[in-house]
Amino acid sequence: MAGGDELKVLGVWTSPYVIRVRVALNLKSLPYEYVEENLGSKSALLLASNPVHKTVPVLLHGGRPVNESQVILQYIDEVYAGTGIPSLLPADPYDRAVARFWAAYVDDKVGSAWQGMLFTCTTEEERAEAVARAVAALETLEGAFEVCSKGKAFFGGDAIGFVDVVLGGYLGWFGAVDKMIGCRLIDPARTPLLARWEERFRAAEAAQGVVPDDADKMLEFLPTILAWINAPKSK
Amino acid sequence: MRHQSKQALVMMSEPVKLIGCFGSPVVHRAELALRLKGVPYELITEDLNNKSEMLLKHNPVHQKVPVLLHGDRPAICESLVIVEYVDEAFDGPPLMPADPLARAAVRFWASFMDKECRESMWMALWTDGEEQAGAISAAKANLTLIEGQLPEGKRFFGGDTIGFLDIAVSWIAHWMEIFEEIAGVRLLTEEGHPTLYRWAREYTANQTVRLCLPDRDRLLAALAPSREIFVSIAKTMSTQKQYSVCWICNI
Repeated sequence: MAGGDELKVLGVWTSPYVIRVRVALNLKSLPYEYVEENLGSKSALLLASNPVHKTVPVLLHGGRPVNESQVILQYIDEVYAGTGIPSLLPADPYDRAVARFWAAYVDDKVGSAWQGMLFTCTTEEERAEAVARAVAALETLEGAFEVCSKGKAFFGGDAIGFVDVVLGGYLGWFGAVDKMIGCRLIDPARTPLLARWEERFRAAEAAQGVVPDDADKMLEFLPTILAWINAPKSK
Repeated sequence: MRHQSKQALVMMSEPVKLIGCFGSPVVHRAELALRLKGVPYELITEDLNNKSEMLLKHNPVHQKVPVLLHGDRPAICESLVIVEYVDEAFDGPPLMPADPLARAAVRFWASFMDKECRESMWMALWTDGEEQAGAISAAKANLTLIEGQLPEGKRFFGGDTIGFLDIAVSWIAHWMEIFEEIAGVRLLTEEGHPTLYRWAREYTANQTVRLCLPDRDRLLAALAPSREIFVSIAKTMSTQKQYSVCWICNI
């Protein structure tokens, strides 16, 4: 293939969108170079690779950029399809549609609430409101898990799949928020299936070293992210 | 993803129903996908002010249209999920490009359309003063980015035929002009975006597209009374959004 085959990921270690890409590459046993970006001082490579959004994750495949985390996940599924490497999306078109639907739901409902509770809330009331929205979305996802998993370990069945990595990307931050608010977003009393799913996902080999498990470390990093967000924007 | 022809025949023999409503650009996406693939379907029209039990049962999560029912399968919801499903489940000319990098590109730009582009166009249409001036600038820049995806010398984003990205950005070809008229704002002009303007004409003139494109005058009449609602939606978006979505979304 022209341009080579090397994989590189530009990311920030706390980003749910970066984490999901890294878990996916690990699941597929695909070696890649990881580059930690400072979003307060973006690399030339990042700016050149993602001129529209200027943010992470960026996947570079033989130097060719792919942007938007769910787009990246489908790309790596498709490029390596049929090579014996496990797919994130199932083969059947209907099951693929279901997976895409729930993945979109996760980023729409959980993602926007996550942003609200950490980055855009200005009062504790606003944070609590965002937490409530996340909890409601997770309750819906508890039902989705029951349907999608069909009694197995993951949304994807026996193996981690598309919806698993999309939702799993948020687990690092969920741990940090749990500490911040003093109760669990994925509460075993409220969403027992998801609570057990979380344990399994965190324990998976593909998640090691990628899904953060140190809540304090994440909370220490939060001011850095807020500073990036609040810095006067340059075009 | 090619299917065995026997499976394809089975898929085709199961009836397809699409729950939609008049005038919806996202319902149009689903209808056009079905028509381009040659899939017969029954269109069930909803009144969104009085949602049927059927809609609420099949799309409990969002309670929105379009909803695709294929045989006995539970419903498929979300317009672009439906479009990809239709492309994968049925034989017929592919809507997505073959190459993974090209597929990634059309998915990226479809997502851009539904987030940054649509948002900027809404703000450009329905705000005023300095905020509107900024929004108009941003909206036009976004149109330029979309325009840049048209392959050189080709009629459509899909090349010689309509493809996934044409379907995803179809709002620009038909609905935008109607909203522009109601708002009294021009965003897409021949001078400003000659290639995109020409694409819009090609798209709306296409035979298959015309079969599922809502009548312009009827759409204008249906939308014009809601002008104040559009303005208040823009106000809400403006106050809620402290930070530009595309900055925040991937932190």
